[in-house]
Amino acid sequence: MTTATDRSESPMEVTSEKWLQMFRRMQMIRHFEEHVNDLYMRALMPGLAHLYTGEEAVAVGICEALQQDDYITSTHRGHGHCLAKGASPDRMFAELLGKEAGYCRGKGGSMHIADPATGNLGANAIVAGSAGIATGAAFSAKSLGKGRVAVCFFGEGALGQGVVYEVMNLAALWKLPAIYVCENNLYTEYTHFKETTAGDILERGRAFGVPSESVDGQDVRAVYAAATRLVELARRGQGPSFLLCNTYRYTGHHVGDINREHYRSKQEEQEWKTRRDPILLFAEWLVGEKIADAEALRKIETEIEAEMCAAVEFAIAAPYPEKSEVDQDIYA
Amino acid sequence: MPEPAERELTFAQAIREALAEEMRRDSRVCILGEDVAEAGTPFKVLSGLVEEFGTERVIDTPISEAGFTGLGVGAAMTGMRPVIDIMFGDFLTLAMDQMVNQAAKVHYMSGGKWKVPMVLRTTLGATRRSAAQHSQSLHAWLCHVPGLKVVLPSTPYDAKGLLKAAIRDENPVVFFEDKMMYRLKGPVPAEDYTLPLGVADVKRVGSDITLVATSSMVQVALGAAALLEKVGISAEVVDPRTTWPLDEKSLIESARKTSRVIVIDEGYGRYGVTAELASVVAEGAFYNLEVPVKRMGAMHVPIPFSPALEDLTVPTEQSVFEAAKSLCGVA
Repeated sequence: MTTATDRSESPMEVTSEKWLQMFRRMQMIRHFEEHVNDLYMRALMPGLAHLYTGEEAVAVGICEALQQDDYITSTHRGHGHCLAKGASPDRMFAELLGKEAGYCRGKGGSMHIADPATGNLGANAIVAGSAGIATGAAFSAKSLGKGRVAVCFFGEGALGQGVVYEVMNLAALWKLPAIYVCENNLYTEYTHFKETTAGDILERGRAFGVPSESVDGQDVRAVYAAATRLVELARRGQGPSFLLCNTYRYTGHHVGDINREHYRSKQEEQEWKTRRDPILLFAEWLVGEKIADAEALRKIETEIEAEMCAAVEFAIAAPYPEKSEVDQDIYA
Repeated sequence: MPEPAERELTFAQAIREALAEEMRRDSRVCILGEDVAEAGTPFKVLSGLVEEFGTERVIDTPISEAGFTGLGVGAAMTGMRPVIDIMFGDFLTLAMDQMVNQAAKVHYMSGGKWKVPMVLRTTLGATRRSAAQHSQSLHAWLCHVPGLKVVLPSTPYDAKGLLKAAIRDENPVVFFEDKMMYRLKGPVPAEDYTLPLGVADVKRVGSDITLVATSSMVQVALGAAALLEKVGISAEVVDPRTTWPLDEKSLIESARKTSRVIVIDEGYGRYGVTAELASVVAEGAFYNLEVPVKRMGAMHVPIPFSPALEDLTVPTEQSVFEAAKSLCGVA
């Protein structure tokens, strides 16, 4: 087994297998979201679809630094987090289509995928809605002493919500193993974040004495290196941290958000897609480091696409929940 | 009705004993809230708990209702059994997203996979001269939301048994304590007992009229019943004890027996708990009723500060007595 080390970003040893696993997960998210878009356009998917395309390096870089029993909370734009934490695409698609075989038996949908088996406390459709939950999971982790950590994913739009600061204060006071991961994809729905966010984002974490840093969210190795370091801090009982991941949302706020020129230019989108694409950048590095050649990477992509097609077929063929399910699971 | 017991505790002591017993029984139970530890809350309900259980389990929080309630939801999902203390029910507004969109939804939205075994204790009730932001009875808001249970104890005995049941419940339970009742004394067995959520209690047996009353209004109804007895009217007092789950059957049975019903609750009447309870009675006992169901609750005004005004806003023994006489056709 070959071992590649990136001296500039990640002093830790990472196996080729691990890097390729990250590549696979990023491709999985990219292809998953392409199918979501397709299902939506074919009117097979009810509700709303908020795609994670363009931000894959963040979810993958963070989740690869976690153990299976570590916790995450996710957002309305959550497919990437769920897949990166280990969710299975077939049951994800089934949930998106409202089928019984879905992760939430069709009761949650795209914005509420939850899965105890992978430590996924749930995607949340209230902006900043999961900040309390993630911090509570960190509280349990500390109280029960099993060395787990909790990652709270949220977009920069959540910085407008007071509860984020309430729980960061709590986590800092009680040294909870929580990692607050802010994904700045530049747009709070249809508004540039500079119109909604005063001051310096990192100062928000620093105000609580929480180690706060930013990272290029298009560089999976950089995200992984930062996450590994912050997870280690949390596991050692050093308390919470704040990681700002600078990234970009390739598509609209949701699939129907087609005409975007009133808030951003096509040229801007094109530049991110061609020059800052997290998968292209990572593929280039993998080839440069001779971890894999272009052919091997293409093969991975083909396999992923086949897996996604099969997962979509599974979901389309899967039955809807029985009507009797409607009032089940309200109370435990 | 409670078994006869020698020992008497105040309502506050019963709450404290329930918490202490459950904390001894289950190391996952912890208390989080403002001034819950050394201060034992402004009402001194929790005095002594931190001495026994330490600051790791009786935890003072910053003044961050949304933050520590949300933390409670996540802690409950991941192995703890938190009891969240919201000092005044009025402050629930600050924690509503955590209760309504998070706690209440987690189990259903996850297809039954995650659970939220959490208790939120808070207060209700006016007449403490605390004005409009410390006197409301907002329990109806929580009753409106599927996924939550709502408990309204009216005696020390019920408070202990219901709180212990709430802590052992696998769901988010909101437990409302009437802050004017903390010093009320009553029999409370020293042994371990729980009272099931969703079972009403007939606090007084009667035959001419049913007074369905909750929380603070149970004592008012019992006082009114004593006055009514003197004028030859036999009043039954039924306490639902939990507004969700709701023991509809007991309410309807009593209404069918007496044929006259007043529903009394300290919350606002409009779109409130009395509206729901009256509707249950009307639907279930319509053909047995001599007169329409009457509702009594807080006057639809912000609770005023001046004692001269505040006392006008909530039902009293006298006002219930008068209303009951009128329903029974007695001058």
